[in-house]
Amino acid sequence: MTRALVNAPKTARPGEVIEIRAMIAHPMETGYRIGPNGAPIPRHIIRRLVCTYDGAEVFAADLYPAMSANPYIAFSMVATASGTIALAWTDDHGATQTATAEITVAG
Amino acid sequence: MPHHAPSRSPRLGRRGLLLGGAGGLLVLSLTVRAAARPTLQEAIRGFTGGAPVNDGRVRLEIPPLVENGNAVGVTVTVDSPMTADDHVRRIALFNEKNPQPDVAVFHLGPRSGRARVSTRIRLATSQTLAAVAELSDGSFWSSTGSVIVTLAACIEDLS
Repeated sequence: MTRALVNAPKTARPGEVIEIRAMIAHPMETGYRIGPNGAPIPRHIIRRLVCTYDGAEVFAADLYPAMSANPYIAFSMVATASGTIALAWTDDHGATQTATAEITVAG
Repeated sequence: MPHHAPSRSPRLGRRGLLLGGAGGLLVLSLTVRAAARPTLQEAIRGFTGGAPVNDGRVRLEIPPLVENGNAVGVTVTVDSPMTADDHVRRIALFNEKNPQPDVAVFHLGPRSGRARVSTRIRLATSQTLAAVAELSDGSFWSSTGSVIVTLAACIEDLS
């Protein structure tokens, strides 16, 4: 079971640009390494991160083996409404991990 | 003179064989080169679809010297108002000497508010990195940075 973290401010004013920091525990196996038995270790990486907030996809990322293990991505968005910031990471096996953060937007 | 002919023909045959072998090696080396990773410029061209790439507007922040290539902090900032009419659509990060040129592609929009992304990447050796941004008007802007890596990623053994 992997662990995913989202860090976002708890409150924001409408229109304020906030920073979201997302991190997930994942080996990000590149597929270029050779294992102890001499065979290449199969690739297993997070391919895509999608951030959904206030009814729309506000940020997405396509990732490649050059991303570090336990990929960390920080990005920003405009606080528009109170609600849930949802992040979803999808890996090579098709498994999706999600994490959410609640934000209260009030001016 | 008739006995010269049989002695010459095997020599020619051997030379022909050598030439054929050299040709075979050439073909082999060409296929090896074709299978090698695309260059940094080819990777950028693949992202832009051949559109011209301008210098500027993009700032790539990367430490000039890193000890550990397994996690190198990178921040890309693009000078853009991020409005519905004028915003950054995508930011792509490419490397020069890893086994694969792609690092990541970030998709942004007017709701991003600010065109700034930070992440941590792997570097196999000292090399150049390039950040390319696609704006909503279809133009491409880029910036490059060089890093010296003392401990490389991707080559460690599992023991």
